[in-house]
Amino acid sequence: MSAAIAFWILAIGAVSTALGVVLMRNPITSALNLVLSLCFVAGLYALLEAHFVAAIQVTVYAGAIMVLFTFVIMLLDLGQVQDRIGPPEGLVKAAVMGLLGIAFVVMVAKSAHLGITIPSTSGLTPANVARAGGNTRLVGELLFGPYLLPFEIAGVLLVVALVGTVVMAKREVDPRRRK
Amino acid sequence: MTPDLGHYLTLSAMLFAIGATGVLVRRNALIIFMSVELMLNASHLALVAFSRFRESLDGQVLVFFGMTVAAAEVAVGLAIIIAVYRSRKTVNIDELRQLHG
Repeated sequence: MSAAIAFWILAIGAVSTALGVVLMRNPITSALNLVLSLCFVAGLYALLEAHFVAAIQVTVYAGAIMVLFTFVIMLLDLGQVQDRIGPPEGLVKAAVMGLLGIAFVVMVAKSAHLGITIPSTSGLTPANVARAGGNTRLVGELLFGPYLLPFEIAGVLLVVALVGTVVMAKREVDPRRRK
Repeated sequence: MTPDLGHYLTLSAMLFAIGATGVLVRRNALIIFMSVELMLNASHLALVAFSRFRESLDGQVLVFFGMTVAAAEVAVGLAIIIAVYRSRKTVNIDELRQLHG
């Protein structure tokens, strides 16, 4: 029962703050709404017994990535830029997208409530996971076991992104301007 | 009534639809980028929900890799936005249409 209450609170919070991201005019308000939405989803991860993913969702996503976003918004000083959804073209587009989105959600909801049960592959029920040392330990064993090569490649990807970002930030935008 | 897989998938679809609407309706490149993050996050929620109800942890490992890629993508994407802003003094995508055939 308490899981159901927590689910509804987190779900309503996540959806309303996600709407805030799309509807708010000020980019900073959007960014702060996105931080809240990511935190609500982190709560849902915890509810799904994915403790490790919940923790990195808060630290990496809501922490590091969103700091980068707010930093760039303040660097570019976009707080004053008004971004209105211009009538009538924008409103028509918004209405069409909203209807398509609602149709998509209804389709998923209908097909998801047909009572599909997916087979358990490895029998890692929450009780079994707790007995084996907890979610973080098991995910870590997967990461450094069967998924070791992708894990190392992810590290290489981060280095490439880092170097690319530095090169892009240091590059002269227009070579003629050097003179 | 405890929430089942259908609840989580419906919530994930809602977040995805909101993000997609944001990508197509907003004109500010930064907010479009944030909406993309919202869509990515919705797909992660679906992955974790499947992982939980399938009683397997591989979905959570996939979400871990997805977050790594998202971090790299955000760093490069924001660098591109800054570079564009430096040369064009705008992040409004209606004014950035050099690639428009």
